[in-house]
Amino acid sequence: MEILVILVPLALMLGGAGLAAFLWSLRSGQYDDLDGAAWRAIADDEPPPQEAPAKR
Amino acid sequence: MQVTRDFSHYVRTAGAGLQHIDLAVEGVHCAGCMAKIERGLSAIPDVTLARVNLTDRRVALEWKEGRLDPARFIDRLEELGYKAYPYETESAEATEVAESRFLLRCLGVAAFATMNVMMLSIPVWSGNVSDMLPEQRDFFHWLSALIALPAAAYAGQPFFRSAWRALSNKTTNMDVPISIGVCLALGMSVVETVNHAEHAYFDAAIMLLTFLLVGRFLDQNMRRRTRAIAGNLAALKAETAAKFVGPDEISQVPVAAIHPGDIVLLRPGERCAVDGTVIEGRSEIDQSLITGETLYVTAERGTPVYAGSMNISGSLRVRVSAASEATLLAEITRLLDNALAARSRYMRLADRASRLYAPVVHATALITILGWVIAGTSWHDAIVTGVAVLIITCPCALGLAIPTVQTVASGAMFKAGVLLNSGDAIERLAEADHVIFDKTGTLTLPDLDVTNAADIPPDSFALAGRLALSSHHPVAAAVAQAADAKSPIVGAVEEAGQGVRAVVDNVELRLGRPSFCGAEALVGRATLDPEASIVAFSKGAEKFILSVRQGLRPDAQAVIAALKDRNIGVEILSGDREPAVIAAAHALSIAEWRAGVTPADKIARIEELKRRGSKVLMVGDGMNDAPSLAAAHVSMSPISAAHLSQATADLVFLGRPLAPVVAAIDSARKALHLMRQNLWLAIGYNVLAVPVAISGVVTPLIAAAAMSGSSILVMLNSLRARSASREIV
Repeated sequence: MEILVILVPLALMLGGAGLAAFLWSLRSGQYDDLDGAAWRAIADDEPPPQEAPAKR
Repeated sequence: MQVTRDFSHYVRTAGAGLQHIDLAVEGVHCAGCMAKIERGLSAIPDVTLARVNLTDRRVALEWKEGRLDPARFIDRLEELGYKAYPYETESAEATEVAESRFLLRCLGVAAFATMNVMMLSIPVWSGNVSDMLPEQRDFFHWLSALIALPAAAYAGQPFFRSAWRALSNKTTNMDVPISIGVCLALGMSVVETVNHAEHAYFDAAIMLLTFLLVGRFLDQNMRRRTRAIAGNLAALKAETAAKFVGPDEISQVPVAAIHPGDIVLLRPGERCAVDGTVIEGRSEIDQSLITGETLYVTAERGTPVYAGSMNISGSLRVRVSAASEATLLAEITRLLDNALAARSRYMRLADRASRLYAPVVHATALITILGWVIAGTSWHDAIVTGVAVLIITCPCALGLAIPTVQTVASGAMFKAGVLLNSGDAIERLAEADHVIFDKTGTLTLPDLDVTNAADIPPDSFALAGRLALSSHHPVAAAVAQAADAKSPIVGAVEEAGQGVRAVVDNVELRLGRPSFCGAEALVGRATLDPEASIVAFSKGAEKFILSVRQGLRPDAQAVIAALKDRNIGVEILSGDREPAVIAAAHALSIAEWRAGVTPADKIARIEELKRRGSKVLMVGDGMNDAPSLAAAHVSMSPISAAHLSQATADLVFLGRPLAPVVAAIDSARKALHLMRQNLWLAIGYNVLAVPVAISGVVTPLIAAAAMSGSSILVMLNSLRARSASREIV
């Protein structure tokens, strides 16, 4: 059961890290536009190349 | 005369030599629009940030302070095909956003704490049946306390505050039993841990907060979203006015930047955005949005004009007055204040449920304690059992029962074109059994339409439409729209108060008053609609007359029939003259109507219906309807309504059809049904769980399972509200 000395603080730290990450994401405005964020994930980074030849 | 657009009111400095403006944008729907706008705006030199918010339909822009004029962004967006207007965050919306973030933060804290406490609880639960040492169990309990107590102190704030507010006002609400339950559960768990006992309820208490915060956050988020959309709509209406900044120089400024005493120019075809008095000029104005009266009023020096009036024929200079100076407005404001004060404080379903719930639960817990003491157990064990009763009955599912349905139903209504202004509107709308319609702008469309287009040869009508494009007169605008005219005739001349003329292929074309076109004889002969404005069109010797009037909304008849099918009474209360009201009532086969009704009369009629026990839904758009919108049980306005009315109404519907009225009633009825069902589910679960708790065999495991089970059941049931508004009429 000595393993608890490592596991319990480790678990608490992981939990704390998760909470910190959530609070950070909240503060940096990542929940302000949920609809937009869903689309941004699939948007192209660059404008599509003009009339790119179809690749086969 | 020079016209400039002045947006400086909306620009704020963002620090480090940057300036910031928020624009509300119409017609942004997808990723494509988002990318197009962001690229298009970023391409402007000096722009450092262009970010679209798809949820709120807004663009945030930042640029280096200097020569860049914000009007340029709006022009650029117009080139890209989007209408944009500067947007100013109202304080009400800012509060909602802050509140929403706070709840999300609380929810995050509570959820993480729940997960971690659960991680510690599960070994304890399984250890209780295997080989866990009491010391290890105590250690885990202490760790749970370490996590749960600070987390509950932080995440419980919304409930504790609200409960405290209710108690200091000597009332009670749902948050009182919640707060008592959570505090007792935590307190008892600490005592039990100190005494090395087997069961502690840290997990149940913090999980309860998590579930309740989900409900709270959904509720808040719905309100925030509605506010954002309402704010955009206000911005998209582009309430600007042409203010004189010099004797001959005018600047188009937002209404917020106009102060009493300023002088504004009101051109023909413009809607007045301020209240004031005419100081120069002569014109006809359409006050139908204010009084419901469709006949034009002559405005000259000294005539008061109100925000929402449409200027028809000539240019007017208006001196802006403070709102209370205008007599009609003062009267409406007084009635509105009275109606709002008298609005019988509707008790929300959740509050009614908690008023019954709290005493029953607390009495049960007390009886449990006393019962066990009488039966011979120790005070300690009896109190532990009593607290277990409180924990297991804590209104977890009850707290989710209503917000989840509201969120889903408001989403369904939004799809049907209805926006909610107040959270409890759904419950009240579901109860409505009598609908009072205003006529002008509500049953009829706010814009004009040509009624006899079919009688005129298409090529002549097309010419009339093109000629009409050269005039600002609203009737001309209606002709142009009906003819779907795109290209104006070059060299067309407008004669103020008469009409427009032009020469095409050596034939003189005229559009305007019958006398201007020499068509009086035609008007004399024809039997015409008394409600319509008549314009004449002459092409050389050929003469035609066009009858222009406000048409009924395209589906008004079907909607009225649908309402009658649902056993809902229908009635018209209009400020317009009798013949106009009779015509509309007849066309829609509405038996009950009143014409020439004043705002005070409208309220009197609503009060009378209330006394008879009817729940009245008032649908109106005019400023004269605002007091009755507040007096009715529930109220709705079209999006074209006067500012004051729209702010007063509980629901706002978009677009030309009237169908959203029926759709909203259907959604609301379905939603109320589901809310009741959810409450019964929550109660049913309690009926099963409470005997177990009273008997004293509840373990923390049973409490946690019962709590999450009932909450998930209620949430799943709420999702059924989504299919509410498929079928409209």
